[in-house]
Amino acid sequence: MTFWQFITQNRLQILSLTAEHLRIVGISIFLAAVVGIPLGILISRRPFLDKPVLGIANIIQTMPSLALFGFLLPVPWIGARADRLAILALALYALLPLIRNTYTGIKGVDRSIVEAARGMGMTDRQLLWQVELPLSLNVIIAGIRVATVISVGLATIAAAIGAGGLGEFIFRGLAMVNNQEILAGAVPAALLALTADFSLGRLEKWLAPR
Amino acid sequence: MPTDPVIEFKNVSFALNGGALVSGLNLAIHPGETVVFLGRTGSGKTTTLKLINNLHSPTQGDVLVKTRSTRDWDPIALRRMIGYVIQEIGLFPHFTVARNIGLVPTLENWPAERVHQRIQELLRLVGLDPQFAVRYPRELSGGQRQRVGVARALAADPPFLLMDEPFGALDPITRMDLQNQFLSLQQRLAKTVVFVTHDLHEALRLGTRIALMEAGKLVTVLTPQQFMKSDQQLVKAYVEAFTAGQP
Ligand SMILES: Nc1ncnc2c1ncn2[C@@H]1O[C@H](COP(=O)(O)OP(=O)(O)OP(=O)(O)O)[C@@H](O)[C@H]1O
Ligand SMILES: [Mg+2]
Repeated sequence: MTFWQFITQNRLQILSLTAEHLRIVGISIFLAAVVGIPLGILISRRPFLDKPVLGIANIIQTMPSLALFGFLLPVPWIGARADRLAILALALYALLPLIRNTYTGIKGVDRSIVEAARGMGMTDRQLLWQVELPLSLNVIIAGIRVATVISVGLATIAAAIGAGGLGEFIFRGLAMVNNQEILAGAVPAALLALTADFSLGRLEKWLAPR
Repeated sequence: MPTDPVIEFKNVSFALNGGALVSGLNLAIHPGETVVFLGRTGSGKTTTLKLINNLHSPTQGDVLVKTRSTRDWDPIALRRMIGYVIQEIGLFPHFTVARNIGLVPTLENWPAERVHQRIQELLRLVGLDPQFAVRYPRELSGGQRQRVGVARALAADPPFLLMDEPFGALDPITRMDLQNQFLSLQQRLAKTVVFVTHDLHEALRLGTRIALMEAGKLVTVLTPQQFMKSDQQLVKAYVEAFTAGQP
């Protein structure tokens, strides 16, 4: 059986696992953004918080993914279902690029522009929404892009704990020493990562302040 | 002076990380005055301006605006009545010229129609063609940007103006033109202006008084006539430096 035949025979399963994969990645990035972007904004305003928060996010980032799954297992409600566990773990991994890019994006806005905004009598909120966020949006999107690409890859490992997604093919292929199975998971995962990278990269370029 | 000062420095110092940027400032500015700060680069002129609109808060002494310490002012309310032309111009790169100019009126919730009219009025005032309204700052020359910065500061017709080298990047003819505009505007509106320049001629033309700074201290405050006649060392050095090489 050729790889192509394998793909066509299993296309429904590939599609459904791809959808599952996307769901896990999508929800985790969404959660990470909802937490990470506000945190990035917060630490840009409270200088004493920046090192500890970035430090913690950094530590999470360096934890091996299987170990993180293990740590989260005893957490009630989360540990009860593998996909919840996977989503939470991926969201935690995505946190660092999101916090860091939001923070550096805001800090990177030209000082004279911020000074002008304050001098004009903008409130802190107006400064944030009308000046700092629009001018750092491309950097924040870059963070989302990095986080998404990492997540797509990491999500394949989530199959190890039974969370589903394209990793199922990969683990099954590994167990049965079947390259076609492995590729049926790896190729769509790589395509997903490339697509996310490309389209978010375009968005980032488009949003860059000229 | 018959009137009370509207801006008053009372023994003001400002230090950052232990180092004093300015110290021992005492100065009373009366309504309708144009006080021009002159002084070497790094002497503390910009710092002094920022003490007025509370971008800096004095580490010693008090700056009084309308007899109230800047510490006790709501900073937003204080800044909304003080037009500010910053040295680096600081236009918002993601706003058109029109939106940059209309910023404070918009923050003050003027109706859109009135904001629009005001923008047209100001473009004319600073000598920019109305077609510039839709451009972005990156599509302007340095001098044009500077004029937009001046227009933005004037937009909501504030009673106070802080102008930090507002005409620095302009050719002599445009500069002269804007100085004339400034003078006629001052005749009509009599705003209280604190102005920074490196150009003695500009200081003499525009200032009702000239404040000379050196190394974070206010050396002296003189009228233009007094300034030209003064025999204080530093003042003389200035006058000489500016008249040297002239016919
Ligand atoms: N944020 C800051 N941190 C530390 N030092 C500063 C800061 N801002 C200004 N200074 C220092 O304070 C001094 C006064 O600066 P200021 O900007 O008031 O000078 P200035 O008279 O406006 O000079 P110029 O004519 O070059 O604009 C300078 O020596 C400058 O290096
Ligand atoms: Mg300066």
